[in-house]
Amino acid sequence: MDSLMEAEEKLRGFRETIGSQKLYACFECGHCSACCPVKRIRQEYSPRKIIHMVLLDMLDELISSNIVWYCTNCYLCQELCPQGIRIADLILELKNLSFKRGLSPDGIRRQFELLKTQGRIYLLDEFDQKKRKKAGLPQLGGSIDDLRVLLEG
Amino acid sequence: MRYALFLGCTTPARSRQYEMSSRAVLERLGVEVVDLSEFSCCGYPIKASDYYKALLISARNLAICKSKGLSTILTICSSCNSMLRECAYLISKDSELKEKIDKDLKKVGLSVEDDIEIKHIAKLLYEDVGLEEIGSKIERPLKGLKIANHYGCHYLMPKEIYEGEEDILNPYSLDRITEITGAQIVHYGYEKSCCGGPLLVSDEDTALEIARQKLDRVKEAGADAINLVCPFCSLMYDGNQKGIERRFETKYRIPVLYITQLLGLSMGIDSKSLGLNLNVVKARDLIDKIS
Repeated sequence: MDSLMEAEEKLRGFRETIGSQKLYACFECGHCSACCPVKRIRQEYSPRKIIHMVLLDMLDELISSNIVWYCTNCYLCQELCPQGIRIADLILELKNLSFKRGLSPDGIRRQFELLKTQGRIYLLDEFDQKKRKKAGLPQLGGSIDDLRVLLEG
Repeated sequence: MRYALFLGCTTPARSRQYEMSSRAVLERLGVEVVDLSEFSCCGYPIKASDYYKALLISARNLAICKSKGLSTILTICSSCNSMLRECAYLISKDSELKEKIDKDLKKVGLSVEDDIEIKHIAKLLYEDVGLEEIGSKIERPLKGLKIANHYGCHYLMPKEIYEGEEDILNPYSLDRITEITGAQIVHYGYEKSCCGGPLLVSDEDTALEIARQKLDRVKEAGADAINLVCPFCSLMYDGNQKGIERRFETKYRIPVLYITQLLGLSMGIDSKSLGLNLNVVKARDLIDKIS
């Protein structure tokens, strides 16, 4: 619960302090939505709308709609914003909050568990290792006990 | 100079041809790499769920590199490259974060390291090896081959971690390397668009449609092949190309090469050593065209 409150607190602070700019520096030019590769396909997704929902304190609606998971984290909106607003970083924070509330897509949770148990998101089985050996590639997969400790804490 | 080769998750499991061709080309160019079996995932896949833990996993990899007496990590995946660089960048800028990471790493006998350089293989080719040296190794110029370059996102962004390098509005490293091979560059539009790969895990429909838009344009532009530098982008354009053809009732049959496969071909390295048989969309016609 503590970490959830911490995340929400951080996000509220984020509106004020995001990067060297403030979110309300947004003058709605729409660059972020115009260049977004997802927006071209999913009209309901809009980085510009996300900025304004955060400004209007509509965090609950935003998180429960799961719309933030449409973001590919490509950074194009952030790079092209004339006001220097860190849009991709904002959306990443929102995804973190969604995960903490248990609302993230199953695949996202699965990747987290995979990393914790095997140190990588794709398991290299005996077959893969054999293929690697045949191709003259080194065997992979050293001990990751320490990684487990880091992810548990 | 010796580089710690960082393979990440996707390449060894899904894209052995990238690893094989990278090793073959580096060997030809006399670049020495060291394999560290303790390297894990870079942390990128959990960035969306827990940003701090993703940074911690990255920092663990930087610490492992240092503990082996090495100072440069060579990545071949663009997302590994950006994640590790972002971690190194933040550690150098944010002393509070650096302390927090150090405290956590101490639990497993490691320390935070702020002087590790992270380099993507295409940047190593362009900046460290250099075009002149590469040019001297070209044995079979790829004359007549039309190449559509896909830079992808994390090779160039976010810009603060790539300060002083090419940016998304004017990328050039892949074009320069492609020119050295003798191939012709084809421009196709939507060049700056993401592959869509990160959405595979949460929304496959959108992911495939994003990839389709680029494949449509590459085909219209008449390219013989796509050239790229990230295993996740390759998964979208090569691994999923047949699925996209079925879903949208269209045909592309556009081979998707890694920059190391393209370069390897021009250096006269045999296609088996470059793992070309492992590409999903077969490059046979393309190889016939240049031989």
